[in-house]
Amino acid sequence: MKVIVAIKQVPERDAQVRVDAAGKWIEESGFQWSMNESDAYALEEALQLKEKNGGEVVVLSAGPERVGSTIREALAKGADRGIQVESDGLGDWDALGVAKLLAEAARSENADLVLTGLQSDDLGYGQTGVIVAELLGLPHASLILHVEKTDAGLTVKRELEEGWFQSIELPMPAALTIQSGGNKLRYATLMGIKKAKTKEVRKTTPAELGVTAPAVVTLNQIAQPKKQKTTQMLSGGPKEAAAALVEKLKTEARVL
Amino acid sequence: MSGILVVLEVRAGKLGAINWEALAAGQKLARLTGGAVTAAVLGAATEAAGAEIAAKGAARVVRVEHNLLERYTSDGFTAALKQLIDKEQPAYVVFPHTYQVRDFAPALATRCGQVLIGDVIAIGDGPVFTRQLMQGKLSGDYKHAGGGTCFVSVQAGAFRAGEAGAVAGSVEAFVPELDAAQIRTKPGEPFRESKQTVDLGSAPLIVSVGRGIKEADNLPLVEALASALGAEMAASRPICDAGWLPMERQVGSSGQTVAPKLYLAVGISGAIQHLVGIKGSQCVVAINKDPEAPIFEVADYGIVGDLFEVVPALTEAVKAAKG
Ligand SMILES: Cc1cc2nc3c(=O)[nH]c(=O)nc-3n(C[C@H](O)[C@H](O)[C@H](O)COP(=O)(O)OP(=O)(O)OC[C@H]3O[C@@H](n4cnc5c(N)ncnc54)[C@H](O)[C@@H]3O)c2cc1C
Ligand SMILES: Nc1ncnc2c1ncn2[C@@H]1O[C@H](COP(=O)(O)O)[C@@H](O)[C@H]1O
Repeated sequence: MKVIVAIKQVPERDAQVRVDAAGKWIEESGFQWSMNESDAYALEEALQLKEKNGGEVVVLSAGPERVGSTIREALAKGADRGIQVESDGLGDWDALGVAKLLAEAARSENADLVLTGLQSDDLGYGQTGVIVAELLGLPHASLILHVEKTDAGLTVKRELEEGWFQSIELPMPAALTIQSGGNKLRYATLMGIKKAKTKEVRKTTPAELGVTAPAVVTLNQIAQPKKQKTTQMLSGGPKEAAAALVEKLKTEARVL
Repeated sequence: MSGILVVLEVRAGKLGAINWEALAAGQKLARLTGGAVTAAVLGAATEAAGAEIAAKGAARVVRVEHNLLERYTSDGFTAALKQLIDKEQPAYVVFPHTYQVRDFAPALATRCGQVLIGDVIAIGDGPVFTRQLMQGKLSGDYKHAGGGTCFVSVQAGAFRAGEAGAVAGSVEAFVPELDAAQIRTKPGEPFRESKQTVDLGSAPLIVSVGRGIKEADNLPLVEALASALGAEMAASRPICDAGWLPMERQVGSSGQTVAPKLYLAVGISGAIQHLVGIKGSQCVVAINKDPEAPIFEVADYGIVGDLFEVVPALTEAVKAAKG
């Protein structure tokens, strides 16, 4: 079973984000990058499928040079090889444009399964995997927690709202978007990190893939969100703030 | 190309509140751009739903009806709606941002050569569509740049459902051409994992813990606060994903919806999928080291600080107050 996993590099979780001078994107200098959370679960699912069924796991990422470190991280965890679509200018590509890059890079691989995370932690479109499926003409299912290979294809467990689930059968090849929490994530071993250095990472570019994406949807401006409520901030040291809070909860909010 | 098509969703036989919010968003777009609102509903038997939508203020309702739409499949819904859109040529298509919509609307937009502007929280002049970025830390204004139909989905709770109209709208049927061979996936019935042993939904006091707690070994710190308050423990998704607390204690869109008197969020950033679960709370308190964490946008009281210092102090203060 050959599985492609699309992995996005995103700003580290607790990064302090600042709007850049043009008000178009965030100030990227000075923070750390990491693997998008649901993509880490997609990778884990792919590695487990390979362990059970044999085959190959190929990681695919589009972005500037720095993205290479996240590809190496996936290789260290056990992916077999990587493909990087290198471009500095993806900032103003919409979800369809990026999905075209991923779909074109994946197309010639003829994989049995294409996995993505269900949503990126930075742009949060929650769409790229479904668009890739449509572009490749593959059946798909989204918000998947568990994947099982069957004689007929796949049986997957899909998350629904409010604690409900559903299982879905679909033929292969197929595309799935993976939700977090279905598996326990593994760490890279020292041996894995060492091996990753020698694994193949093929680089390509949007031009080589023949993708130029005129944006259908444009991000015009970003800003700090508007407050919905006026929050009373309780200041002072932990002790004073805690005492003030208890007082407010008793006498003002009357919830204690 | 004109008009606004709002596609509504019947789930477990019902039209949930988010549908009327999507309808309100469609009506807002109608005011900003001109054009009439048409609502569509899909299924194998849509008569009752169609009548309910017409009574709720949609001037025109189209029932997209076919046996193959009895159960939701991405292939069936995408093919049916593509045909309706080709016929109606709407300028805008509006959806409620549900899990089902997340599953097919991006494919439908792609098939139309378009890109869905998803999870929209506001619509302004232009029209400009505002959505959240960076897990709610920023908001971004999006525009539809190309020609053709613009696809939008709206977040739960972002638009206020309007009053029902005085006269019911018209209802008509549309029968798409579908073939069983087009539908590649076989969906099963919804099921629940395990019996619920806690009822967070009716808990009056809740202390909820997020990834700020860092390790499972630190949980007793927050549990001590909960027991001092006599509160139930709850958590954000990553805590349950990691198995530190059982999934039945997860609050949010894929977990429980709660409505306590007091919801005390410890080390939770305030992503929208978490916030939709706590909308009914009377009083929200947030403890977070990041003064710009989105949770403070919905909190009544906030303490900016290290939870490892603030939580023990608060536990003591609660005990002292209770005497
Ligand atoms: C389809 C979908 C469904 C989802 N469903 C849910 C759901 O039902 N429920 C849910 O919760 N999430 C859900 N999520 C995930 C959600 O998007 C967020 O990723 C999640 O809520 C983040 O959890 P968190 O706030 O605990 O973690 P983080 O976002 O990592 O936040 C941790 C917070 O802790 C603070 N912190 C760190 N250290 C300290 C310290 N020492 N003292 C004080 N504060 C500290 C940080 O400043 C930060 O704000 C869903 C996502 C998707 C895409
Ligand atoms: N630039 C990228 N490189 C690789 N994968 C990506 C990229 N952008 C998005 N993805 C994949 O698509 C998923 C959904 O992203 P999004 O549609 O932006 O929420 C992510 O979790 C990734 O798996």
